Amino acid sequence: MTIFLILLAIVFVILTALVVAKTQSIMKGVKPEAEVGDNDYSGAPDKFNSANGAGLFIFWIMTMIGIVWSFNDAKKYFLPEASSEHGVETDYWFWVSMIVITIAFVIVNTALFLFSYLYRYKKDRVVSFYPHNNKLEVIWTVVPAVIMAGLVFTGLRVWNKIMDDAPADAEQIEIMGKQFAWTVRYPGVVNNKFGKYNFKLIDDAANNILGVDFADENTYDDFSSTTEMHIPVNKNVLLKIRARDVLHSVFIPHMRVKMDAVPGMPTKFWFKPTKTTDEMRAELSNGEFDYVIACTEICGRSHYGMKLKLIVDDQETYDKWKKAQKNILTENPGLMTKVPDNMKAIAMKYVPAVEAEPAAVATVTGDAGNTSKILK
Amino acid sequence: MSTLTQTETLLAHDTHEGHDEHHEHHELSFIRKYIFSEDHKVIAKQYLFSGIFWAILGGLMSLVFRLQLGFPEMDMAWMKPFLGQWISISDTGKGTLDANFYLALVTMHGTIMVFFVLTAGLSGTFSNFLIPLQVGARDMASGFMNMLSYWIFFLSSVVMFVSIFVKSGPAGGSWVIYPPLSALKQANPGSGDGMTLWLVSMALFIVSSLLGGINYVTTVINLRTKGMTMDKLPLTIWAFTFTAILGILSFPVLFSAALLLIFDRSFGTSFFLSDIYINGQALPNQGGSPILFQHLFWFLGHPEVYIVILPALGLSSEIISTNSRKPIFGYKAMILSMAGITFLAFIVWAHHMFMTGMNPFLGSVFMLLTLIIAVPSAVKGFNYITTLWRGNLIFTPAMLFAIGLVSFFISGGLTGIILGNSALDIQLHDTYFVVAHFHLVMGSAAFFGMIAGVYHWFPKMFGKMMNSTLGYVHFWITFIGVYVIFIPMHYIGIAGFPRRYYQWTNFEAFSSYGDVNSLISIAAIVTFGGQLVFIFNFIYSIFKGKKASLNPWKSNTLEWTTPLHPEHGNWPGEIPTVYRWPYDYSKPGAPEDFIPQNVPYSATPESNFPEENELIKEEKAIQGIVFDKTIHD
Repeated sequence: MTIFLILLAIVFVILTALVVAKTQSIMKGVKPEAEVGDNDYSGAPDKFNSANGAGLFIFWIMTMIGIVWSFNDAKKYFLPEASSEHGVETDYWFWVSMIVITIAFVIVNTALFLFSYLYRYKKDRVVSFYPHNNKLEVIWTVVPAVIMAGLVFTGLRVWNKIMDDAPADAEQIEIMGKQFAWTVRYPGVVNNKFGKYNFKLIDDAANNILGVDFADENTYDDFSSTTEMHIPVNKNVLLKIRARDVLHSVFIPHMRVKMDAVPGMPTKFWFKPTKTTDEMRAELSNGEFDYVIACTEICGRSHYGMKLKLIVDDQETYDKWKKAQKNILTENPGLMTKVPDNMKAIAMKYVPAVEAEPAAVATVTGDAGNTSKILK
Repeated sequence: MSTLTQTETLLAHDTHEGHDEHHEHHELSFIRKYIFSEDHKVIAKQYLFSGIFWAILGGLMSLVFRLQLGFPEMDMAWMKPFLGQWISISDTGKGTLDANFYLALVTMHGTIMVFFVLTAGLSGTFSNFLIPLQVGARDMASGFMNMLSYWIFFLSSVVMFVSIFVKSGPAGGSWVIYPPLSALKQANPGSGDGMTLWLVSMALFIVSSLLGGINYVTTVINLRTKGMTMDKLPLTIWAFTFTAILGILSFPVLFSAALLLIFDRSFGTSFFLSDIYINGQALPNQGGSPILFQHLFWFLGHPEVYIVILPALGLSSEIISTNSRKPIFGYKAMILSMAGITFLAFIVWAHHMFMTGMNPFLGSVFMLLTLIIAVPSAVKGFNYITTLWRGNLIFTPAMLFAIGLVSFFISGGLTGIILGNSALDIQLHDTYFVVAHFHLVMGSAAFFGMIAGVYHWFPKMFGKMMNSTLGYVHFWITFIGVYVIFIPMHYIGIAGFPRRYYQWTNFEAFSSYGDVNSLISIAAIVTFGGQLVFIFNFIYSIFKGKKASLNPWKSNTLEWTTPLHPEHGNWPGEIPTVYRWPYDYSKPGAPEDFIPQNVPYSATPESNFPEENELIKEEKAIQGIVFDKTIHD
């Protein structure tokens, strides 16, 4: 830090010195100045003209070297190969597009800076009076148009595939954003159907964060988590996304997944993960690695802290994990009061009798030995 | 164009002519001359000074949050004296920046730069200054409306400035102010009084912008001098006209969005709100749509980026042609591509919304349209480069900045091809890739256009020359600085770093690049330091600069035919008549390498092309145009 401040101070001292020195030379230059005539050429090219022209080209050479070097240096931090099927495809087209635009970037900038150098002012240079050439205009309208068309059509094909309706067998998981955390809900192992929800039923005090409807029988086997989401590998996963206060956006960087969460308008995104967390840990030789879900739509003070762990299991582990989860009612026995009287008998079937203790704070043990605390 | 239609189109022109005598006779009071002035040149300078003020403030804000991002562990206690409550001091004496204020800084930086600097500061300055001077008019169609436009902008500035100091902080929902975050006070302190003032300020800003825009278009259509047909207008004027049209058609939509948001915030309506539970309470609002707001916002928001870049492209067309001593290549192609951009600008807005949950089919349509807009933009780039080809380039500071603009416009524009592709936008949306993209293509490019314009027209504004050596120092620091800031930012974006994050340390995936972020921050500070050279040069040259000659760049356009310090009314005698296009540089056979627009073909037999010799016959008719002075403007 101090080094930085010192560096900064040095830069400013140099700048100040430059300005002061320059000012003095201007002052000197100004006083004995000859009267400027109305028809003089005040803006005539000065002694720095060629240096500036050459400087632009040198700058460009240095920039290209700098870009090659910095890209090679920076790419070690790029995200690893996508862990989802569509992600591999979008990555591929991203890099194809990058190559196309890099070629254009180099050609066009080289022309710009090379011409700046080649045609820098010389007293006796003959300028070409060359106001237009329709053939050239047509060429450089058509060439970009054709390249664009190529990119558009490949892009559309990929986009339509990704945004198509999810396959019917997709594993459905609900994810809801709130300030500043994600909550996930699974349709349960008994009927595999989500219970209804309504924002008016949300009751943080009673721990009904999701606003699930306890008058709906489908709700009783649903289970939820505020700490992690599990998904099975090589199976289509459909995220049903919603928000309960402001906009959020589900972002799973390693899966190349992103979709806004909008209050009042449920959204969705489906994808097929291809690598389990364990496989990824081995691939990256990082035993600590975990997939994450982040928020990419500004949502307030702790926008930067809205994180949820994502665990990709193989099918067997996933099924086992699912079976081990306790449904919402079991987790929060206090919510039994929300169940209408005529449904109480049905609801009770989902709650093991042993768990009668009125738990204010319950502790669950997940499969990977994660101990997670459920909200008070 | 036949002289007959010219007479018709220019009928209402020049009604000042009859009474400009009395302009000279009575001296206006100081207040009417310099403060509540109706003179377009004074108003232009007022916009310029305001723009510079805002640019400094907006720039400083970015430095504060760059320090936070580049040096998250830094002790910020030294900023306590001017940031006050937003720096909290821990027991150990370490100061940290408040996370809400970080968001407020990002919001205000965006708002200030986009609207107050690059719209008002750029368009306001140069449309006002150059339109009457380059079309050959005494002033704007309505001097009074023009004055109102500036003073309403001033009021808007005051409101925005005050909002920085309110207790709950300035607006903090980012410059796009998406509801529900911006609509609910309980969601974010930055959605409280600061947001209210933001909305009031923007509403005033839009009124100001519309008053200005209508004036610009009217002046260009009605007040051109004799012989100034549309095909003889400098590209600057074409650019300003298209910009004004964009503003007139799109700003009202933002106004409606702001108004509806004001209703939602203060009067309990539900245009943008539905199904919300916040702070332990379910809100009664139902049926609204946050997506609706985004459509309304981006219907302005996207044209806005062209409102910012088109004037800069217009200015650089003029500067590049003059300093290449060569006609601009493809004058008509330039106009057509600007027309194309203007039209397409209205139908690409939803490419900002690919990942909002909008119907994916709409995404496909907007992707197609978005990538089409790259074509006219590419044409413009190629035309600039061909203008340089076989020219005789004079690297004035203005020329250097204009070349810098072209480079940024290309480099930043190219990444737009990736972001405009909805399939690729899935990963990149709201990451630093986007930040790098738009800061190059519209932020830095437009800023360079504005600076280039100041260097180039400074002699006309103040009758003095700016120091060119300081100009070179300024250019090189800024040009290198901008690339050092924004090229590495693409890497951070590719690595998936999200925007508007106070810090990334919570995420292992985003915890790399500490050194790159530090580098970007240092480069930003140095680049800002470079602007101090400009500020010094600007102020110093106004008072102590070398006196300018009448036509310091040997340029063709009409503003250089005015006296060194033009009075209100611009030309002391009759307004010059125009006979030729503005780009007759280095014409074969001509003794000088430029022929101003007011030189008739009959005076240049040695350099006329055969078809131009034909035009000599029409000169009498052009001179004979009589404007109907009974129509008052």
